[in-house]
Amino acid sequence: MVLDSKVPDGPLAEKWDNHRFSTKLVAPQNRRKFSIIVVGTGLAGGAAAATFGEMGYNVKSFCFQDSARRAHSIAAQGGINAAKNYKNDGDSVYRLFYDTIKGGDYRAREANVYRLAEISRNIIDQCVAQGVPFAREYGGLLDNRSFGGAQVSRTFYARGQTGQQLELGAYQALMRQVELGTVQLHTRHEMLDLVVADGRAAGIVVRDLVTGEIESHSAHAVILATGGYNNAFYLSTGAKGCNVTAIWRAHRRGAYFANPCYTQIHPTCIPVSGDYQSKLTLMSESLRNDGRVWAATKQDENRKPGDIPESERDYFLERRYPSFGNLVPRDVASRAAKKVVDDGFGVGDIHNGVYLDFADAIARLGRATIEQRYGNLFDMYAKITGDDPYKSPMRIYPAVHYTMGGLWVDYNLMSNLPGLFVAGEANFSDHGANRLGASALMQGLADGYFVLPATVPGELANQLGSAPVATTDAAFRDAEEAVTERVSRFLGTGGSHSPDFYHRKLGRILWDNCGMARNAGGLKKAIEEIGNLREDFERDLKILGNGDSLNQSLEKAGRVADFFELGQLMCQDALHREESCGGHFREEHQTPDGEALRDDDKFAYVAAWEHAGTGKPATLHKEDLVFEYAHPSQRSYK
Amino acid sequence: MNLSLTLKVWRQQGPDDEGCFETYQANDITEHMSFLEMLDVVNEQLLAENKEPIAFDHDCREGICGMCGVVINGKPHGPNGGTTTCQLHMRHFKSGDTITVEPWRARAFPVIKDLVVNRGAFDKIIQAGGFITAPTGGAQDANLTLVSKATADTAMDAAACIGCGACVAACPNGAGQLFTAAKVSHLNLLPQGQPERWARVTSMVDTMETYFGSCTNYGECEAVCPAGISINFIAQMNRDYLRAKFKDKRGQIRQVDVADEG
Ligand SMILES: Cc1cc2nc3c(=O)[nH]c(=O)nc-3n(C[C@H](O)[C@H](O)[C@H](O)COP(=O)(O)OP(=O)(O)OC[C@H]3O[C@@H](n4cnc5c(N)ncnc54)[C@H](O)[C@@H]3O)c2cc1C
Ligand code: FES
Repeated sequence: MVLDSKVPDGPLAEKWDNHRFSTKLVAPQNRRKFSIIVVGTGLAGGAAAATFGEMGYNVKSFCFQDSARRAHSIAAQGGINAAKNYKNDGDSVYRLFYDTIKGGDYRAREANVYRLAEISRNIIDQCVAQGVPFAREYGGLLDNRSFGGAQVSRTFYARGQTGQQLELGAYQALMRQVELGTVQLHTRHEMLDLVVADGRAAGIVVRDLVTGEIESHSAHAVILATGGYNNAFYLSTGAKGCNVTAIWRAHRRGAYFANPCYTQIHPTCIPVSGDYQSKLTLMSESLRNDGRVWAATKQDENRKPGDIPESERDYFLERRYPSFGNLVPRDVASRAAKKVVDDGFGVGDIHNGVYLDFADAIARLGRATIEQRYGNLFDMYAKITGDDPYKSPMRIYPAVHYTMGGLWVDYNLMSNLPGLFVAGEANFSDHGANRLGASALMQGLADGYFVLPATVPGELANQLGSAPVATTDAAFRDAEEAVTERVSRFLGTGGSHSPDFYHRKLGRILWDNCGMARNAGGLKKAIEEIGNLREDFERDLKILGNGDSLNQSLEKAGRVADFFELGQLMCQDALHREESCGGHFREEHQTPDGEALRDDDKFAYVAAWEHAGTGKPATLHKEDLVFEYAHPSQRSYK
Repeated sequence: MNLSLTLKVWRQQGPDDEGCFETYQANDITEHMSFLEMLDVVNEQLLAENKEPIAFDHDCREGICGMCGVVINGKPHGPNGGTTTCQLHMRHFKSGDTITVEPWRARAFPVIKDLVVNRGAFDKIIQAGGFITAPTGGAQDANLTLVSKATADTAMDAAACIGCGACVAACPNGAGQLFTAAKVSHLNLLPQGQPERWARVTSMVDTMETYFGSCTNYGECEAVCPAGISINFIAQMNRDYLRAKFKDKRGQIRQVDVADEG
């Protein structure tokens, strides 16, 4: 099948306007005749559901947490980009577009990225109107900070809680629609299957996590905004509930999964401290504005940081990348940190990290300023580690953070299954092989507030007059049966290990072989090991309790089972991509000084995989990437 | 150094079950574990003993989503104050300690299972008016709205509420004032929030009162709040509520009252 990206013709800067004009509309009086399912209440899903509600559609919104406000977007710390050029430092829509394409190592679709940069400005306007309390200057104007991969200050922030405030803005708009009756909200519900009838997405099957009831919901369009799958690695900066289930089930029903191997490793996280570790905590990238990263110049350094003289510190980012210094993009910073630790220059009791040091910034700006900028992050660090970062440097190490891959979508954010749209981190669309900091919040809100509300009506307009497929239809009954059967299989396995037991093992395999550095041998071994582990899981899983009430182990079992299949696909994708780009670093393909070496002749395409059965290799479809404006060059941040 | 602990954990099969404490032994707990990681270890142990794991809510495990929260030795989120359960680390306990673990207890938060409660009443309060009506797409340029740094900072102090419900659990009356006041203050302080200011406070407070107990100024809420929300916001909400009621009598509540924008 040829993947049609449906990128509109015309000059880059006019594509979106022209496309909006040529897309069919649904008139206000007809909108209530259409129903739309939105799974996920994060920035992408919350914004979409609220906006469709405002427009007059019937919306059904779902999340697995107890409240729509708790989607993982709430945890984003650092900020959101927008090409406002309020700082008059040379920013523009074109520059944000260019930085994002380059930051993504020339593996994203130009037209989508340009649209994102254009819309970024509307997002800030929208959020301020909603009352998002962004940081301000004394004169009352909005303040900005810098983020990695950019030489302008275009990041808007609300202390270290930007995601929280944007999420609450979307949540509040959503709850207003719930009160008005345009949105029906289902919390503590987990989507466990997509229903496809006659080749179209017709609805979803969910499990009520409190009563265990399996329910079907149908609609004219289904939007999945279910976040990223970083938890495939078990240890990540994701919330414990982050999962791939919704998009994986859609993938099994025919939706293509694009670039699954593009995962982002965030350079500044608190290092692992023991086997019991349940998640890793991010220390926002914004800290690299004022913190300096360093490691020891000699191996096995056991002195306290304060006792290591200046001459025996290696500020390795400043040394290797003088023009971007500590603010190089994440993939570059992460690999540099991995290298110093692998080479034995790590710091801390078990030498598994590097320092992020604020002593110079505190001396220059005073403690009060640093406290203002990063107070809550410093407090979080102190709570977790028991150390005071005002007094001694933070210890950090890279951790899995974000997944650029996701379901394949066209310019309208529609998957290859008609009627199925995918938004936010769950799609693959805008970040190529590496996402720049503060761009995920931007993309989630762009998709939810502005893109989907303009593109989904084009798909609905053709269905005017037809009712959604009834939930009594065979397609729904089959899906419900499959879900019910799966739940009883998990409950009935009667083995000896918990889902977490398997999840940790899977995570280890992926981290070792499909993490920051990959090679063919490791990837092949991982595919086999994951297969064996999955078989063991099917035989020896142990779940107590029943399926008719809250059963958190049962929820985990379903998510882990899907992570196994995804994990194999991630490795397959990483193995086939014989180049290094962005977050995908194949050891066989690097420059003499250890930077990622792309192969634009062979790999300037999106790899979209079609499911071919559990444990079987997926089938590859390619969407060629054409660069008319931002011409691929080797990324240099030196 | 590893800790050996005795846990007394509230177990309750479902909303209609009576529930009771069960005692478990937790050994080999390290001081770097978070409280929830300690419960993970206990749950693995229970599974091995064929006992159903303890249900508890959690998600981000970094103190921001507001999903976690249990009463530890009688205190919501445990002994430290100013922290969430997921950010409480075991270094604050001693080997040999007995720790009781219970769900939030409040009329407005019925138990679903074990340590998991239903906090849907909070969503109802937001639904009633905890927003600024700003349909997508109609906004003017963001920098046309000036907000003084002091106002923005105070609004942010209030907006930092994570909605965990510890304030309600700590209150002898099970009152929802601190949560409601945080949202009312965040929005009522900002210039964008003025048009709906009086209607917002009235509707949110009235909704709050249908679910929650009344506030008699114990101040326990502030002491346990992981986001450091100040009870001064309650005073601010009460003032706005009174002014709104007064305006209501004059039949002006739904009008924009420029003279009163404060
Ligand atoms: C610690 C951290 C810090 C970050 N900081 C930044 C930052 O500073 N700037 C930035 O731009 N980006 C940041 N990011 C990335 C960014 O936060 C996310 O990419 C983004 O918020 C994702 O939004 P989303 O709407 O796609 O998904 P989410 O917010 O993850 O929402 C997913 C939703 O889907 C629901 N869901 C999932 N599966 C199911 C299912 N099967 N059934 C029903 N519902 C389901 C969930 O309940 C939830 O409502 C950060 C990420 C992390 C982890
Ligand atoms: S789990 Fe999110 S605040 Fe504790």
